[in-house]
Amino acid sequence: MTALDKSLSLAGFAARIESGMTVGIGGWGARRKPMALVRALLRTDVADLTVVSCGGPDVGLLAAAGRISKLVAPFVTLDSVPLEPHFRAAREAGALEFEEWDESMFLWGLTAAAHRLPFMPVRAGIGSDIPRHNPRLRTVTSPYQDGEELLAAPALTLDVTLVHLNRADVRGNGQSLGPDPFFDDLFTEAAEHTYLSCERVVDHFTGPPQSLLVQRQNVTGVLHTPRGAHFTACAPDYGRDEAFQRAYLRAAQDPDAWRRFEEHFLAGDEHAYQRAVDGFAQREATV
Amino acid sequence: MTARVPAAADAARATRAEVCVVACAEVWRGDGEVLAATAGTVPALGARLARLTFSPRLLLTDGEAMLLSTPVGAPEDPAPAEGWLPYRKHLSLAARGKRHMMMGASQLDRYGNQNISCIGDWARPRRQLLGARGAPSNTVNHPVSYWVPRHSPRVFVPRVDTVSGVGYDRAAEAGPAAARFHELRRVVTDLAVFDFATPDHRMRLASVHPGVSVAQVCEQTGFEPAVPDQVPVTREPTGEELRLLREVLDPHGNRDREVRT
Repeated sequence: MTALDKSLSLAGFAARIESGMTVGIGGWGARRKPMALVRALLRTDVADLTVVSCGGPDVGLLAAAGRISKLVAPFVTLDSVPLEPHFRAAREAGALEFEEWDESMFLWGLTAAAHRLPFMPVRAGIGSDIPRHNPRLRTVTSPYQDGEELLAAPALTLDVTLVHLNRADVRGNGQSLGPDPFFDDLFTEAAEHTYLSCERVVDHFTGPPQSLLVQRQNVTGVLHTPRGAHFTACAPDYGRDEAFQRAYLRAAQDPDAWRRFEEHFLAGDEHAYQRAVDGFAQREATV
Repeated sequence: MTARVPAAADAARATRAEVCVVACAEVWRGDGEVLAATAGTVPALGARLARLTFSPRLLLTDGEAMLLSTPVGAPEDPAPAEGWLPYRKHLSLAARGKRHMMMGASQLDRYGNQNISCIGDWARPRRQLLGARGAPSNTVNHPVSYWVPRHSPRVFVPRVDTVSGVGYDRAAEAGPAAARFHELRRVVTDLAVFDFATPDHRMRLASVHPGVSVAQVCEQTGFEPAVPDQVPVTREPTGEELRLLREVLDPHGNRDREVRT
């Protein structure tokens, strides 16, 4: 047994998130999103969040509930379906402030924060409308002979980061067993506090050393949330629940259908959600 | 194995989608050891066809983080990987210029400015799309081509609502850092192929697909492209290309779901 135990309940985690915080969310599109943590936030009254994410339904659910005042993202997508319905609706209604970043800018903005630097120079964004839409962005001129004027991607410094991995220990180490770690380790390094949820808590890790992605010095709390990325993919533990995603999409087209979806899936705790998902899968199987 | 009809007869029966796949494949002709990155079914088939025929050194991904040792194989029975390219390494590869990507476009103008962000005023869009993704970075770092499966004046507009991917005029305006590695190669649509081989890099009609007229292309284009006196016809697939496409790369005919016949 270890003396270092960062285990947290979902309610305990959610109580630590305050309105107005800047929240980084790991994963990518509809892949390995910390959805159990997002659902836990929906059960609180936390609002006015600045969300930093390679966005998927994490952004969709938070936007639909009116919790996001500002979004920093290079895209929001459901992967197998290109457009995220709630993000679209929020943008078209002017319901949130949007900072549109290029993916490379985003990578180097996180890297700058992780290295405690104010910015990193990137070629990305120069010539596009990204800087025109975002008055906070500045260029920087190389002090060397080339004299190139590049974009200074500002540090994406985060109050908290939420990530979901395949395995973790209670000390806060996390293991990624899927094909792509995305930017998850960078997200943890760019944040003051990271909350790490996982499919399975282990005493010891097995597998290649390169899979040990997240380190405990960057992690504040560990949550055991089986199927906690649902309905996004969490390879190799499970794939995206495409049938559920279709139901999510259908519900998002109509306010009444969305209210019913919320009542059915999101009104209770995480156990209730997972039970409702099991019921949904059984109904799908018998159709 | 069914008996094969002669190559010339096969080619005469190539569908529009098959002509498009070969036109997409052609954008990677002469490319060496670079990643052929794609968005959409027809460009993905084109990249695989180029790799199997005239551009054998191309790199291909499985659509996620693995590099494919061979383009032949089904999702349920993938070929062994030859490399690992998670997003972070993918972005480094792109910044290093070892990539020629064929992107999609919701809007495209005469200088090749591309919009995938939103339609209408950016501050309060009429229709929010995907977001800029990697388009700003791609266009200033490595060669880019575009694929437009439905050629129409809604896509080919005088002025894009917002610039995600950088066109020639904007790259020149932004200065050397943007122009240094900027290169738009071609635009392939279901009707025609364009390049940018004009003095000021305006889009030029390079060829029309078999059965399509120049007038038809101009009618469906919301700006005046440069049109040479003689516009060639896009080349027909060879018999071997059709065989690879129909029997090896796309036996279920996914190409026909993206392009109207």
